Amino acid sequence: MTAALQAPATRASSFGIGRTLRLGAARIGYETKVYFRQSDTLFFTFLFPVIMLTIFSVAFQGMGNIGANPDGSGGISQAAGYLPGMIAAGILLSGVQNLGTDIAMERSDGTLKRLGGTPLPVLSYFFGKMGQVLATSLLQLALLLLVAHFAFGVDLPTEPAKWMTFAWVYLLGIATSAVLGIAISRLPRSGKSATAVIIPPILILQFISGVYLQFALLPDWLQSVASIFPLKWMAQGMRSVFLPESFAAVEPGGVWNLAGAAIALLIWLVGGLVICRLTFRWIRKDS
Amino acid sequence: MNAIDPAVSVDKLTKSYGSFTALTGVTFDIERGETFALLGPNGAGKSTTIEILEGYRDRSGGEARVLGSDPQRGGLAWKARIGIVLQSSGESGNVTVREQLTQFAGYYPNPRSVDEVIAAVGLEDKANTRLKSLSGGQRRRVDVALGVIGRPELLFLDEPTTGFDPEARRHFWELIRSLKREGTTILLTTHYLDEAAQLSDRAAVIAAGTLVAIGPIDTLGSDEARTPIVRWLENGIAREQRASDPGRVVAELVGRLGEPAGLEIVRPSLEDIYLGLVGAYEADLASRASHTPRPPSASSTPSASSTKDQVSA
Repeated sequence: MTAALQAPATRASSFGIGRTLRLGAARIGYETKVYFRQSDTLFFTFLFPVIMLTIFSVAFQGMGNIGANPDGSGGISQAAGYLPGMIAAGILLSGVQNLGTDIAMERSDGTLKRLGGTPLPVLSYFFGKMGQVLATSLLQLALLLLVAHFAFGVDLPTEPAKWMTFAWVYLLGIATSAVLGIAISRLPRSGKSATAVIIPPILILQFISGVYLQFALLPDWLQSVASIFPLKWMAQGMRSVFLPESFAAVEPGGVWNLAGAAIALLIWLVGGLVICRLTFRWIRKDS
Repeated sequence: MNAIDPAVSVDKLTKSYGSFTALTGVTFDIERGETFALLGPNGAGKSTTIEILEGYRDRSGGEARVLGSDPQRGGLAWKARIGIVLQSSGESGNVTVREQLTQFAGYYPNPRSVDEVIAAVGLEDKANTRLKSLSGGQRRRVDVALGVIGRPELLFLDEPTTGFDPEARRHFWELIRSLKREGTTILLTTHYLDEAAQLSDRAAVIAAGTLVAIGPIDTLGSDEARTPIVRWLENGIAREQRASDPGRVVAELVGRLGEPAGLEIVRPSLEDIYLGLVGAYEADLASRASHTPRPPSASSTPSASSTKDQVSA
């Protein structure tokens, strides 16, 4: 602190894209660390799908297999039936619910205002959030698959093609969810109301998109409503990976419709990016 | 030319929120290396002014230059040259003091050493404590640490010592003096007038969105407001007299009464002068608004306070 303070020459090059990426990487580590130190997000976002999978699998075990023959043979276990939906829900929670409430809180508690006064690029902040979403969601996914396989004996697919489908549905889904989380964080007027504003619509989406209730059992009009939103398409894509081919028959139109899933998710991703670009501000300017 | 340009230059700055006018044409400069205090009651416009200069708010009118740039358009390179200590914040605080400072140090091209800054704010014992486990005063010190970690040329301090105990305040003053010795320009708002007197080269007083006085601390207020007061007891009655030559008054008293009882000579404190300035302005506004002359007893202006026992030392 004894060195005389020189007016540092401002090197424009030092504020380029390289710096943005480097700071983004630093933000990912920081954000992920903070995520796992928050006991409430850990429960409601990170562990929630595993807990729900466990509850449903145990509770409905007595009802026998899904899609079984009249004599009780064949079909798949309740756990296997719920796994794709829970994976899709996990993707949605890790992105939309996690970032939506997190950023709304940060806006109201002064975190964003403080960051806005530093030379941190907005893009680095976004990278940090999206990296945190990806890192925590991959761990959540691994936990979900391990519990399903080892605790409930769910057979995981062995064909590489299935895992390829899984990879793109997952990556497109998680990117869309993260972007929508940033976009939706603008809605709550205060940090206190963030969970109240964001969690209910997400819960409703889970009920109408084939997470907790079998999608095929919902009335047509409700299926049509759910088809507007991305969760239905993530769940459908995941069913195509984890359920036997014969189950495609009960999907709308009798097919998995992966092309439809890709298009729907891409539209939401692009729309979300545009909304983020247009609406994100470090603080609510008052003028 | 950087050396000649003022660090902050504000000309006829105005700010309105709908029909409410928060600032009505404030003008001042802050020279490089200067420590400048902005004083005023709550709601007078101190924070509005400082937040316009920090780039958080857009001005409604007038001109503002901060380190040669319009703060409304300050880019990342500009932000790297300023340090901001906001009024209290309530971040969730799931990181330790050292983690937070290390993270923020990374945002700046030429940061100070994290350990040095932790030591400078006196948080060595708490370096590995999470922010949420710190006391209010300790968190405030983290705020200050985050404001200086980037080695700013210009530091904004918005009520920095709120919640500090007296020892922490002294410690903080030392830190500010060391930054000043390094050439840092500092803009400070504070409620503590002794703090302004201790730290600042010049001060401005804002009342109801208007600059009512500006200058070196020991020249603020009118000559009359600065006139010393001689107090004594005469036949058991408290007497006082304002005099620019209190020695002569005392000599006269001694000649007349012998040793006067209860003798004291009081120079109006900064607080007296400040309250006089703000009170006079607000009384003036109020009387203009109501068009009715205020009874003299309700006025707390220094000029009126020479009528007995109004001025407190």
